[in-house]
Amino acid sequence: MSFEGLPKGTGAKKASFRDAIYFWEILRGLGVTIKHLVYNIFHTAEMPTMQYPEEKRVYSDRFRGRHRLMQREDGTPRCVACQMCSTVCPADCIAIQGAEHPDSEIEKFPETFEIDLLRCVFCGLCEEACPCDAIRLDTGIYEIAADSREKFIVQKDFLLNNKEDGTY
Amino acid sequence: MDIILETLSKIGFMFAVIMGMVVVLIWMERKGAAFIQDRTGPNRAAILGVRLAGLVHPVADVFKLLFKEDIQPSGRHRAFYNLAPWLVMTVALSTYAVIPFGDYLTVAGRKVALVTADLNVGLLYILAVASLGTYGVVMAGWAANNKYTFLGGVRATAQMISYEINMGLALMGLVLVFSHTATPGYLREFLGTDFLSGLRLTHLVAGQGELLWGFLPKWGIVVQPLGFLLFITAVYAETNRNPFDLPEGESEIVAGYHLEYSSMKFALFFMAEYAHMVIGAALIATFYFGGYQIPWMPRPVLEAHAGMLLTLKLIAVAAVGFLFALLFLRRTQREKGKFGDLRDNEPRLGAGLWLIVALAALGGLALRPWTLGPEGASLFASLMQVGAFLAKLVFFAWLFIWVRWTLPRFRYDQLMGLGWKVMLPLGVANLVVTAVVLTIV
Repeated sequence: MSFEGLPKGTGAKKASFRDAIYFWEILRGLGVTIKHLVYNIFHTAEMPTMQYPEEKRVYSDRFRGRHRLMQREDGTPRCVACQMCSTVCPADCIAIQGAEHPDSEIEKFPETFEIDLLRCVFCGLCEEACPCDAIRLDTGIYEIAADSREKFIVQKDFLLNNKEDGTY
Repeated sequence: MDIILETLSKIGFMFAVIMGMVVVLIWMERKGAAFIQDRTGPNRAAILGVRLAGLVHPVADVFKLLFKEDIQPSGRHRAFYNLAPWLVMTVALSTYAVIPFGDYLTVAGRKVALVTADLNVGLLYILAVASLGTYGVVMAGWAANNKYTFLGGVRATAQMISYEINMGLALMGLVLVFSHTATPGYLREFLGTDFLSGLRLTHLVAGQGELLWGFLPKWGIVVQPLGFLLFITAVYAETNRNPFDLPEGESEIVAGYHLEYSSMKFALFFMAEYAHMVIGAALIATFYFGGYQIPWMPRPVLEAHAGMLLTLKLIAVAAVGFLFALLFLRRTQREKGKFGDLRDNEPRLGAGLWLIVALAALGGLALRPWTLGPEGASLFASLMQVGAFLAKLVFFAWLFIWVRWTLPRFRYDQLMGLGWKVMLPLGVANLVVTAVVLTIV
């Protein structure tokens, strides 16, 4: 085998006889793999695989899961429909329609509040932007699945009563 | 009439062995790969909570593939496209006809040879049929009318032509050696003597039951070590297994020749690959590891000590059965209520089954196997030989899987370089040296 075509300093070396006949190195490789196999057969409990639906990974408290809308004491949303979150959202997944709030102290409230979970990138910028701590991603829910695209577009009522069981 | 029945039952036995092995090999491949890579592998599919450590998955696969839609490309050559998977599978199955899985079985006073077709040119038959397998692959690659399948087919052709030569050359050394070996006395009457006996597989295997210099089993690997290395490499290339699986090299040409196949046609290719592995394993065992021969225990020895061996065997089975039952019982305690469904009963079932095996072995001991008569001894010897053959088969099939998950794939030029520039000269040298040595000895 010749390496004349290669530029100097690529580290290409002529294979030694032991490497060139393959078999010694193949036997060594087979030794490595069988060691793993035998060890794993007798130490199944040590395997890093997690049996997912039965076992679940514990994430840190800072993990950004599915969103929820915070409530005031009377159960109405804290959100004042200021559009800060939907403006800052890089995925453009929040759609809010504001309306006049009956209480003159509060300027507006969201008539509709939609989040498209399929577009959301879970960056948490909405959480940062919100002036009245109305939207949070602290539910820790990461099992977000549904059988149609429409079901991923979640509404205000859903977000206000965001249950940990992840049901839609 | 008898001969038809005999042949049919032998074909049935081999077919059952191959199909059973295919299922087991698929399981071994998945589970072995997983354990080698520190994963757990398939462990979900279950029948009433019984998962058999993933053995249910191949069964589930069969049902999935049976009910899938058979999608065919519109530009295919209809006849060849449909023929190719069957050709591959037929060729894979027909090689077994000449492989002996025991010397003979005494049925109603008659000695029945344990080989489907005892051809006097069995070795040539194997080489010929094995090269027919290329047609299926090439046909599949070409008929699907897709550039990736075509590339796969072309690669398969070049690879198989290159390595068939090496395979034949490596075997010729073996043929020379065993053409010079007399068939053992106890088989001479049954097999007869034959010109060119090295080509006849029953002779080849019978000859490997002899001892070299009085202590070494005269297995192919002992008399032809270099031939063995060349042959095993060529077999790996012929079966399209790693490190020579270029015809399907998925990182370069998607899935190679079977890319455009789906449903049961794909399943046929998939099963044919494993059936080829079983052939490969059977050939390696037959040619180089004494086939059905148990080292230092040819049939006369087996028959003479049948009673004692059977007793020891039953004791061993009972001991293993109790050990496994105990292990399963321990698992029952440790994993109580782990899943909260039917799967929790699995360790209990395992313990029960192993207990039944152990008790059956103990029951066998109660029948006083050490007083085995000559007919029983003959049957025991036959069964031991079949068992030895199957054990070797499983080991070499496992070797295929083991090698696959150890070695990376060869580059195309490396493949050709190895075949033509390394193995071919070595094969010729091996043949010449063998011939010279045999002339001198």
